[in-house]
Amino acid sequence: MPELATLVFYVFSAILILASAAVISVRNPVHAALFLVLAFFSAAALWMLLKAEFLAIALVLVYVGAVMVLFLFVVMMLDINVEEMRKQFRSYLPVGLLVGAAVAIEMLLVLSLAFTKKSDSAGAQGIVVDGSNTKALGIELFTRYIYAVEIAGVLLLVAIVAAIALTLRPRRETKYQNPAEQVRVERDQRLRILKLAAEQPTAVRLDAPAAPPSESSNEGRT
Amino acid sequence: MKDIALVLPEIVLLTLACALLVGDLFVSREAKGRTYALGIASLFLTVICVLSLAGPLDAPAQMAFAQLVVLDGVSTVLKAVMLVASALALIYSWDYLVKHRLDNGEFVALALFSTLGMMVIASAANLLTAYLGLELLSLSMYALVALKRDDRLATEAAMKYFVLGALASGLLLFGVSIIYGATGSLDLATISKSMATVNRIALAFGLIFIAAGVAFKLGVVPFHMWVPDVYQGAPTAVTLFLSAAPKIAAFALAYRLFGEGFLAGVDEWRVVVAVIALLSVVFGNLIAIAQTDIKRMLAYSAVANMGFLLLGISTGTVDGFAAAFFYAVAYAISGLVAFGLLVVLSARGQEVERIEDLSGLNERSPWLALILLISMFSLAGIPPTLGFWAKLTILESLVDAGLTWMAVVAVVASLIGAFYYLRVVKVAYFNPATSQDVLPAANDSAGAVLSINAIAVIVLGMMPTALVGVCAKAVLTALR
Repeated sequence: MPELATLVFYVFSAILILASAAVISVRNPVHAALFLVLAFFSAAALWMLLKAEFLAIALVLVYVGAVMVLFLFVVMMLDINVEEMRKQFRSYLPVGLLVGAAVAIEMLLVLSLAFTKKSDSAGAQGIVVDGSNTKALGIELFTRYIYAVEIAGVLLLVAIVAAIALTLRPRRETKYQNPAEQVRVERDQRLRILKLAAEQPTAVRLDAPAAPPSESSNEGRT
Repeated sequence: MKDIALVLPEIVLLTLACALLVGDLFVSREAKGRTYALGIASLFLTVICVLSLAGPLDAPAQMAFAQLVVLDGVSTVLKAVMLVASALALIYSWDYLVKHRLDNGEFVALALFSTLGMMVIASAANLLTAYLGLELLSLSMYALVALKRDDRLATEAAMKYFVLGALASGLLLFGVSIIYGATGSLDLATISKSMATVNRIALAFGLIFIAAGVAFKLGVVPFHMWVPDVYQGAPTAVTLFLSAAPKIAAFALAYRLFGEGFLAGVDEWRVVVAVIALLSVVFGNLIAIAQTDIKRMLAYSAVANMGFLLLGISTGTVDGFAAAFFYAVAYAISGLVAFGLLVVLSARGQEVERIEDLSGLNERSPWLALILLISMFSLAGIPPTLGFWAKLTILESLVDAGLTWMAVVAVVASLIGAFYYLRVVKVAYFNPATSQDVLPAANDSAGAVLSINAIAVIVLGMMPTALVGVCAKAVLTALR
């Protein structure tokens, strides 16, 4: 008779695998995103079984609460023709399935050979923590792993810089005024005084057509 | 405090990069050259920091931040070379960037951040640190490739690079998780110690995934699909940057993982690495012959050269790692000349896409043609250039390890490869020029530095002992 925890583990693992398969196989992208939410939930439940309650809650809060909602927005806003994309996907499907199945079976065989006894995996021995898991994690992160945390922080900064650099476009079509520049304008930028050679006044014959304006008079007007 | 002192170069570079990012906002579009110069200056400042912090090459390794970071002779040399290579790439690129309207502050900021990622890899003593450094490097590189966002080829290249890069990171992480399951630690020194007692099958399983991830980052067969497209699609300045320092970082990753972490389990990964290396050397050189686009040709040349580097690692001996180290440095120096020349030519109004675009370069600018000749000879491994000694040390390490047949295959592949390098030289020297405009002589700063770089390839080729000695001594001390 297996323990209850083992049973729960298999139930959530099965849901996780089925949901992940559904993410890449359902037709509707919104459904795919929702299946991804289900997959995250099952993974969080598995973490809960490992007594990693902080990670489980963080996964639900961050991924389900924030990332997936954003993801759904994007999926709904972009009008992607999924059928068009799937046509190409289907033509590769037989080969992909064959290779994928072969690799999966090979990995399964090797791993089942590798980890036959419990002692085969050295694994991290369970560390007994007094008090909350969250506190212990926090202390570890900000003492032992502070360097890694800092690098991860830089990674996020780079992500922001890259996202802005790749998407921010100055709107050239909007005609806005910059008051600071308007105030700072100098006389020389707006007015140019041209010295024109003085012309002798000539008698204008009324019957002659008017002379077309010359180059210099054009310039004087600007 | 001691911990902070040991990572001072990283802190300096990070601070300067952040300052540059903010300061750039207050610089007008016309004066972006100042931000750019500041970026180059901060790289050189970090080099000074690295060198002033370094003890003698054979000093024992110093650990910091609870064994997450290591500072030894190898990390010092790696960091110094990476920083100088990045700085040189930036120096060559400025005119190109102005001409192609890429002269915004983000370019140099992302370049600095990616260099920071490389430095983190160079002194990684833990799988976690190595992975974070790798992601920092890769993320910045994806963005740099995509920076010319209205260009169809560049966007396609960036998409391929990003998707395949994410896949490779996934493979690497999966391998790391298996290794963690088998040894119970992410610390490379602890993993190295427990190698003898762990389950061999689990170990081999994890190592194969890690090898695949590292092979992707090196761009070797069969994980090379992204290399030609990215090299061709990215703006040439980005290709130049990508081809130099990140290759040293990829070597650093391979060295830290396979040299310091998994050397005791060499039997589990030697064959995999050897097969990847031989395939790259053979296919890289063969496919490069068929290329008409010079950037694609140099991409396949990079595949072949990285295969050569892996040959050194596949010996699993200390000499092999030392040879691979020297090879990485030599390739970066020679590659900088080749891509730097393309960038400088482009900035002077001669866009080089196809190999034919170099026709008659000798008539138009004998000096630039000579620089091209030096770089091609060095990449092909023809004496008296640096590339010759790099290939020779790898071959020596192979023969010493009793793998003479692999050395023979590598030599034959290189001989075939010499054909396409010499074809470029032939086009530049003997084909009639398509345009009679005389290119300006190398009198600007980028041209002058490029000349010094090319001369360095020759001078180091004449007297390679010092550089070989530095690489060998650093690796020998670290791996004992």
